[in-house]
Amino acid sequence: MTAPILIIDDEPAIRRLVRGALERAGHRVDEAATAAEGLAVARRPGCELVLLDLGLPDRDGMELVPLLTAADRAVIVLTARTDTTEKVAALDLGADDYIVKPFDTEELLARVRTALRHRGGTAPGPILCGTISIDLLRREVTRDGEIVLLTRKELALLAELARFPGRVITHAQLLATVWGAAHVGDVEYLRVTVRGLRRKLEVDPASPALIRNDPGVGYRLMG
Amino acid sequence: MTDARPSPDALLRTARRENRGQLKILLGAAPGVGKTYEMLRQGAAMQQAGRDVVVGLVETHGRADTEALLAPFETLPRRTTSHGPHTLAEFDIDALLARAPQVALVDELAHTNAPGSRHPKRWQDIEELRDAGIDVLTTVNVQHVESLNDIVAGFTHVRVRETVPDAVLDDAEIELVDLPPDELIERLKAGKIYVPEEASRALGHFFSKSNLSALRELALRRAAETARRQMLDLAHSSSSAGQGSTGERIVVAIGDQPGAETLVRTAKRLADAVAAPWTALVVETPRSAALAPAAQARVAAALKLAGTLGAAIAVVPAADVLSGLRAWLHEARATMLVIGKTRRSWWFTLRHRSVVDALVRDLEGISIHVVPIALATASDARATEAGWPWRDTALALVMVAAMTALAQLLSAFIGVNAVDLLYLVPVIAAASLFGLRASVFTSIAAALAYNFFFLPPLYTFTIADPANVVTIMVFVGVAVLGSRLVGRLQREANIGARTASENAALAAFGQRLATTTDDHGTATAICDEVGRMLGAQTVLLAQRAGGLAIVAACPEMPVLNLIDMAAAEWAQDRGEPAGADTATLTASDWQFHPLRTALGGLAIVGIARQERGDPVPGDRRLLFTTLIGQAALAWERIRLEADAREVGALKQRDALRVTLLASIGHDLKTPLTAVVAAAEALAAGQHGPDAATLTAEARRLRRVFDDLVEMTRLDSGAVRTRTEATDLVDAIGAAVHDLKADLRGHRLVLDVPPSLPLVEADPRLLHHILINLIGNAAKFSPAASGITIAGRRTPGGVTLSVLDAGPGLPAGGEAGLFERFARVEGDDRSGGTGLGLAIVKGFAEAMGLSATAANRSDGPGANFSVHWPDAKVRRGTGNAAV
Repeated sequence: MTAPILIIDDEPAIRRLVRGALERAGHRVDEAATAAEGLAVARRPGCELVLLDLGLPDRDGMELVPLLTAADRAVIVLTARTDTTEKVAALDLGADDYIVKPFDTEELLARVRTALRHRGGTAPGPILCGTISIDLLRREVTRDGEIVLLTRKELALLAELARFPGRVITHAQLLATVWGAAHVGDVEYLRVTVRGLRRKLEVDPASPALIRNDPGVGYRLMG
Repeated sequence: MTDARPSPDALLRTARRENRGQLKILLGAAPGVGKTYEMLRQGAAMQQAGRDVVVGLVETHGRADTEALLAPFETLPRRTTSHGPHTLAEFDIDALLARAPQVALVDELAHTNAPGSRHPKRWQDIEELRDAGIDVLTTVNVQHVESLNDIVAGFTHVRVRETVPDAVLDDAEIELVDLPPDELIERLKAGKIYVPEEASRALGHFFSKSNLSALRELALRRAAETARRQMLDLAHSSSSAGQGSTGERIVVAIGDQPGAETLVRTAKRLADAVAAPWTALVVETPRSAALAPAAQARVAAALKLAGTLGAAIAVVPAADVLSGLRAWLHEARATMLVIGKTRRSWWFTLRHRSVVDALVRDLEGISIHVVPIALATASDARATEAGWPWRDTALALVMVAAMTALAQLLSAFIGVNAVDLLYLVPVIAAASLFGLRASVFTSIAAALAYNFFFLPPLYTFTIADPANVVTIMVFVGVAVLGSRLVGRLQREANIGARTASENAALAAFGQRLATTTDDHGTATAICDEVGRMLGAQTVLLAQRAGGLAIVAACPEMPVLNLIDMAAAEWAQDRGEPAGADTATLTASDWQFHPLRTALGGLAIVGIARQERGDPVPGDRRLLFTTLIGQAALAWERIRLEADAREVGALKQRDALRVTLLASIGHDLKTPLTAVVAAAEALAAGQHGPDAATLTAEARRLRRVFDDLVEMTRLDSGAVRTRTEATDLVDAIGAAVHDLKADLRGHRLVLDVPPSLPLVEADPRLLHHILINLIGNAAKFSPAASGITIAGRRTPGGVTLSVLDAGPGLPAGGEAGLFERFARVEGDDRSGGTGLGLAIVKGFAEAMGLSATAANRSDGPGANFSVHWPDAKVRRGTGNAAV
């Protein structure tokens, strides 16, 4: 049976490294060196998550992102470029997350865990992040058991982040969901609202631990 | 003696003859001597000798024997152009250039091409063929030779318009095709000579025995002269002593008389005969400023002709012709003067000093050649005088009347005899104010008034005393002299002002050019000034990636059509003027002049006028030449400066590269050594601190590598900023997250007040700046010491500071820290290429921010800051957000 995780990368060293790290963490892993081979393996039943390198020899990895998500596979993009536009593009095409080479093994495992967790759908009941509990159904946020009063926008933003805890949500997606498609460019709204949330929820608003910024890409809610 | 030195001109002529295609001209005295026949015969001989001979164009005029000769040759098809109702078949120069034979036969050197051809004249086509290395065989009759044009017209009374410059003949091998006049007349009678219908009557006279004999002599002499000249050139260029130049310098003085062109041709013949350089000189006097446009055009035309015949041109301002000539002749050390003498009446000569007579008296050591020329037409001389000055006459009458009234009053006290002096007042006033005619009128009116009112018998116009006649004559004399004097002063002032203004403009031009520092500034200055001084539209083109492109224009950007561009390219390629009123591509509205410098043709100046005609008038040619010369120098200076800068920058970059390589070598080797050692230890199964070393050193390698990549990006100018509203808390948080391994063991203080406004920043660049600054602080701070990251609103904007507890900075070296490879002296234990701070500065500047370094004011350690100016701080946060 096909393993739930597939690595598509043309570098054998990277494949070996990632595979080793994942297998030590108890995952079963398949490998592919080209886009064609990768696509074939990913389409087999049983595959859940693809770690996709964007610089493949036979095809631009970016083209594979929509094909894989259409087949209901979670995608984490591996990129060597620091350019933010590429990350945002991959996320917009449906990738769950991205990770920049060279990466920390720890970071990689965390992302893989998050992506696999979301495969099962969001668990019912409130989401717990440290002392904060977010109940999406009742639209209620508590800190140390006490209800925190949030504005409508703050609540909407937190709810959008909390749908996939740990996963980066792009600025554009947050703005479109909370303020509407016309405000996709108004990053300023986002900054101000995030600042408000931090003031109400973070232990030290100057050193945020709950809502983390991916420069130029988006925000993630740290579980 | 300098005679032994080869003359540069001679060397040039010889060199040109050696590299270009050879030209052989078959010179005939008249049509029908058999030039075309001879040309085809010689062509056939060349073909038999194995040379590639092609007929470009041969006119057989239907003669069977000529056509038979033509048969064995490859004949190129003619290019037909329709011109009005006619279809003209012209010689196809492009086809011939493409065919590129060794030898081309092209008949009738003096032919004028159809309008719209590349060159107006066939001899220019042939010059281009020779430039392409093709030998040419051609024919011409002696009456078409430019400098002989007048002479031939003088005795045949037939003037041909199609002429060939003497320079073309001087540069060619000339072979005379000779036929005695009697035989030629026989052939004419036998109908063997092609004569166009319309010209037959004139030609009948043309073919008289005396004419033919004279033409034959001219042809013989011209052929002999060319042979002699070429022999002289050879002698000069090979520097054989003794045969040197005669040392003569010829000057031809050009006036506004119609005969000026004859003068120029005479001077040319004289210059050829004695092998001397010659100059066409125009003395600009107050009188010439008042000349009729037709006369000015004649001067310009004569100058232009002189230019095409190979003369140098000089225009000198002077109070009168004589002094101007004298000064210039002396200065130029002229030895011969060619001057025209008008046939005037003895009366005119009596009144005006003859220039020639005065010159003969004044000049020593200069031989004067006087050429009799016809008198200027009356219409020209009068052209400047308008209608009768009615207004001035009326004013003069008023003055005379007023003076009469005044005199009536005064005569009671001063007596009648002094009254005549009073009348001089209106006469002199009119002379100085109104010009000749009105003042003469005034003098007569004054004389009459004096006579009528004051001379006995009173109230009649009768004169009793002969002494009073003298009074009246004196009045008229004063009027004439006075008005002449005033008029002359005025014109002198005008011309003085113009010369002075030209000189001032030239000086200003020079100054303006000296202050420009780039191509565009220089180009704009050239266009503005040339356009202003010539009163014409100007454009400047320079070689750019895609060919010639307009760099600047005045007063507005013109649209250049294909012909204009072709002319500009021609000027660029050949280094010669092209376009309107030149020898090449005359269909263009523009005249293009190359800016020639030691570096080659760097740019092209184009000039155009609304009205047709030469865009550079004859009297402005000297000024224009000076302008172009200055412009070329300025352009060359800019180019040389740019080259020097480029070389300087390259050198600097090379030096940096060397330092960089050395630095990278050091910075990569240290962690690599550690990585290899740790890996070996791990492989050998030893555990302990090795895994941690491996990770740390690998991280260090990664940072060196990141810095290198970013620096390369900065260097290549590939850094594009895309700023967005940024919360510094976000930015610091992300950087601290990425640096958590480096910051382990340090106490981090994040001091950003929640009220700090958002700032404009590119997220990626700011992230890298923070990584470098915070990483740097972690590197230099002792373990467990505090690192403070603070954001502050300042009066000028927002400042983000990273403060460490390290050793601080050496005094005075703060600014230098941001230079590439700068490292605090003696402190490279923690590695790093020294690129980090240079990247901070580069990125900050790319976003319009500034970066500074200083020692902390509150204790030991360094303070690195990035400053956002007020303009980059977002004000007001808008309620829509929350």
